[in-house]
Amino acid sequence: MKEVAKVSNTYLIIMILIMIAVTQALRFIPFLVFGGNRETPKYVEYLGKVLPYAIMGMLVVFCLKGVSPTGPTHGIPELISVAVVAALQVWKRNTLISILCGTVCYMVLIQFVF
Amino acid sequence: MKRNPKAKITKNDLKRAFIKTIPVLTGYLVLGIGYGIIMQVKGFGILWALGLSLFLFAGSMQFVAIGLLTGGASLLTTALTTLAVNARHLFYGISMVDKYKKARRKPFLIFALTDETYALVSNSVDTDKMEEGERDNYFFLVSFFDWIYWSAGTAIGCLAGSVLHFNTAGIDFALTALFVSIFVEQWIETRDHTAAVTGVLASVLMLLIFGADNFLIPAMILIAVALTVMRKKKGITNEGGGESE
Repeated sequence: MKEVAKVSNTYLIIMILIMIAVTQALRFIPFLVFGGNRETPKYVEYLGKVLPYAIMGMLVVFCLKGVSPTGPTHGIPELISVAVVAALQVWKRNTLISILCGTVCYMVLIQFVF
Repeated sequence: MKRNPKAKITKNDLKRAFIKTIPVLTGYLVLGIGYGIIMQVKGFGILWALGLSLFLFAGSMQFVAIGLLTGGASLLTTALTTLAVNARHLFYGISMVDKYKKARRKPFLIFALTDETYALVSNSVDTDKMEEGERDNYFFLVSFFDWIYWSAGTAIGCLAGSVLHFNTAGIDFALTALFVSIFVEQWIETRDHTAAVTGVLASVLMLLIFGADNFLIPAMILIAVALTVMRKKKGITNEGGGESE
């Protein structure tokens, strides 16, 4: 039984279609507006160049948004693991090694240490 | 529009795309399995869960969707929440307009542009070294693999999730690690760190002001404004941030 017995399947499907429409609109609009045969405006070209750097910073913050210095672990496992990833990346320049070691480090820390 | 010349997908293309997507593989499988299990618990069968993963293909939104669907949210709330949660995709699109301009299989590339896919395909450090045909195949395979990982994870979660006894707590840190390592790699590869610093500072500032649930949109607006102001200051001779050493 769905928890949503009060809502019909048709209603659920309409909700899902709306989510799909909005999500895909957000993905397609930039290409429809700035794509095509016309040359990309210099401003958009500029944003395309600098945004990946800024957004990667934003995504890092987004991933760590739940970390609280006043929480039970004080964010120490996250701090250590992020430092491990960053240090390995600087040292080895191999994304896979950095991610693997960082993730194992984090799992060990939260499962056995904290 | 002139498309890039066709290039057959080679074993090398497959290998490269697979290796580059391994972090996404682990993250998506785990999160997908988690998603499948929750959907199952909430009473949605595999068709609902898998359908959402295949056609919506938006990780965080799908978790939010569970709440909306079970709570019987209004259609307007559904639309606005989706808009708020996924507005960042506008940014991904804007920054990929140029790179995807002549790419083949473009509709699929755009459809599948998730956070993690974006993190990989937007990384010029990787793609600048490739030939046009190779790059096209890379864009496609990364997008396609990520789509399959997410859907496979969902299916596994629905079917066999409850049988899993290995303690996976913390394995989703793989996604954080992915972003951190790309951030660091980009930092090493470029001289101008203004954009990277702007992204972090703006996000932290908005996180402190608006809190974890609401900071993403203000952060994006602040980033866009800040970068625009910086461009005007620097003038067009120095586009800043994108130059490799």
